[in-house]
Amino acid sequence: MSKIVKTITSLVSLPIIVFGLYIISHGHLTPGGGFAGGAIIATFITLLAVAFGKEITGRNLSKQLLLLSESLGILTFIILGFFGLSSTFFYNFLANSGEIFGRTILFGLNPGYINSGGMIPLMNLAVGLEVFSALSLIILLMSKEND
Amino acid sequence: MLEHCLVLLIAVPLLAAFFTPLAHKIGEKLRNWWVLFSLVSIQFLVLVLAKNVIGGDIQVYTLGAEFPSLTSPAGFPIRIILEADAIAVFMALISVFAALVISIYSLRFIEKYKSTDKYYALLLILTAGMLGLIFSGDMFTMFVFLELLSIASCGLIAFYVHRGESLEAAFKYIVISAVAGLMILFSVGFLYAQYGLLNIAAISSALEFTFLDIVALVFLVAGFAMKCGAVPLHLWVSDAYGEAPAPISAILVIASQVSLYALFRISFTLFGALPLKEILGWLVIIFGVLSMFIGVTMAILQTDIKRLMAYHAVSQTGYMLLGVGVGLAVIGNTSALDAFGITAMEGGVFHIMNHAIYQGLLFLTAGAIIYRTGTKDLNKMGGLAKAMPFTAIFFLLGSFAISGLPPLNGFASKLLIYESVFRFSPLLSIIAILVSILTLASFVKVFYLAFLGSTPAKFQKIKEVPKSMGLAMGILALFIVLFGLFPNIVVDGLVSPAARALIEQFQYINAVL
Amino acid sequence: MISFPFITVIILISMGFFALVFKKNLLKLVMAIHIMASGVNLFLITLGYRQGGVAPIFTNAPNLNMVLPTVQALTLTSIVINIAIVALMLSLIILIYHHCGSLDTRKRKLKQ
Repeated sequence: MSKIVKTITSLVSLPIIVFGLYIISHGHLTPGGGFAGGAIIATFITLLAVAFGKEITGRNLSKQLLLLSESLGILTFIILGFFGLSSTFFYNFLANSGEIFGRTILFGLNPGYINSGGMIPLMNLAVGLEVFSALSLIILLMSKEND
Repeated sequence: MLEHCLVLLIAVPLLAAFFTPLAHKIGEKLRNWWVLFSLVSIQFLVLVLAKNVIGGDIQVYTLGAEFPSLTSPAGFPIRIILEADAIAVFMALISVFAALVISIYSLRFIEKYKSTDKYYALLLILTAGMLGLIFSGDMFTMFVFLELLSIASCGLIAFYVHRGESLEAAFKYIVISAVAGLMILFSVGFLYAQYGLLNIAAISSALEFTFLDIVALVFLVAGFAMKCGAVPLHLWVSDAYGEAPAPISAILVIASQVSLYALFRISFTLFGALPLKEILGWLVIIFGVLSMFIGVTMAILQTDIKRLMAYHAVSQTGYMLLGVGVGLAVIGNTSALDAFGITAMEGGVFHIMNHAIYQGLLFLTAGAIIYRTGTKDLNKMGGLAKAMPFTAIFFLLGSFAISGLPPLNGFASKLLIYESVFRFSPLLSIIAILVSILTLASFVKVFYLAFLGSTPAKFQKIKEVPKSMGLAMGILALFIVLFGLFPNIVVDGLVSPAARALIEQFQYINAVL
Repeated sequence: MISFPFITVIILISMGFFALVFKKNLLKLVMAIHIMASGVNLFLITLGYRQGGVAPIFTNAPNLNMVLPTVQALTLTSIVINIAIVALMLSLIILIYHHCGSLDTRKRKLKQ
């Protein structure tokens, strides 16, 4: 790819990652959540693969590492569901309770506090990690051998 | 602890499936032991649940509430609700038992291929999808687990990536499954737009049978009939079952039967109070008769051993559709229902369990032949009975069971179907008996070509199958003989509560509302 | 009374179905499945619309007259499932092209 594409890619890569992390972490306040944010961060990997080629992208971010992070993401999601098993599976025991992510919120319109929601932001982070790993792995595996 | 059995049955297979690649990095024997240990613990959970539900009453589980049975805190059901009645537990017993036997068989069958960890992970995801579809209490959860089942099965059908035929079969399978899923989602949209509810029990007590509801019923029946391989939507079955690895064909049969269970759940529980149910019953009966006849006539012409067994699977699905269809057609007429309707439904439901066992055994013996000889063509085989005696005996037991010869289990369920369908309409029963005779004819041909006769030169030195594969086939053969000799224990204990749970849908509704 | 979203849904689903039945290129089959899925997703979201409603989020909302949020959750799940199906179909097409050399459905390897 030409010099213009490579320069713009390196300039715009950091805002993409920050924007994706913003969408993931504010999933309980604004539209988006785990899946949409993970897909946005995966477009960064796609941009690298298109501009610089598959081998250079796969040098630091190998396929084994992506497989490992995908398994860890989804295992975290399921194990977080087991924590509430004293009442039921997926019970939100952190909401309105005062611990991490546990500020008490009343029903109705509010300006949006990030310290609320209970288990939902933690599960958003797990799903975001998993979706980013899975989509990047699909793009890297389906690319052509000779660029 | 035992009140959480329902949700553990879905969470534990998923947890085990995603832990399998990590276990594979440490060692292969650890991965094998991990898979077998998780399947044995799931089997134990299903047995505990079965003892509770069949003796007592229906169990519900609400995901995310304060205690598990808080289904309707404000008068209408909210949150995802799982519900287990007698027929759901019946299907779950079959699915988990088959998954355990098939993973024992796969220990030696798959070990020389490269990506075995993904095989076991996909097999566990398939089990989780089947259990989620069986126990779900609302329409959208059914759709999600149906798509999970389809995607995992497609990955397993295309396991032999070095052959072009498996890829083509997997592509046909995923196109049909995607269209079926979209039809089901479309009709879920119709039902939500009219009533604002997604729960099966809540919709069935609020249905008013307008024109849009009948359109939704048609799309649902078409979608689930595509997934279970009824004629005229059966064209993917021969390719998918024929090109998959042999243990995967055996578990795909059970995945199709789970879609059949979903079709019965729609007809009996969701649209339970539908007026003029004879029309729906006759539609199911016509699907059944067409499947029986077309399946067996296409099977006689085949020369590939697994495609032949795939067409026989289509034909046996017709028996189940016929039996339960007769029960559906007479459900409004109480005297006819007591006389022969309940017996027809018991025959159809018992045939689901028997078909899973003997079709699984037949596919596993075909896999054993392919494992040792390396060919699937019947014209190239011959005289294998001297070298593989146990495989020949298991194949003979399987073919006698599928043709309905006494004293094996196929005879027990087919006799229930013949007797009750004869009192409904004699012509259908005569067609069913004719199809049994043609089934026996085609399997006699296969036995002669594969096992008797003279051995070709390159097959002189083959041995019997390894012990783990023989153990898996032996367990299935033992159950064929046991269910044939003592069918009344199974029918009174498992099948009759299941058939009654389908007919009396008000118990299902009262458990949630 | 003309309701444009539902007419678009009918056009999309029938276009997808026509292409699925009559076209012979494997890539066009994948595109047909994707268009049909988009049609069904649009149908689900349109069912939740209420006159004069705002997005169903409590953060800085102008008033409490909101559209239905449940169908949006159903649509998001359906989009995720369709991404997985389309990725699987495209991987199968890449491997079929390596084996058969063409993307035509008339040149098959499986006999009847």
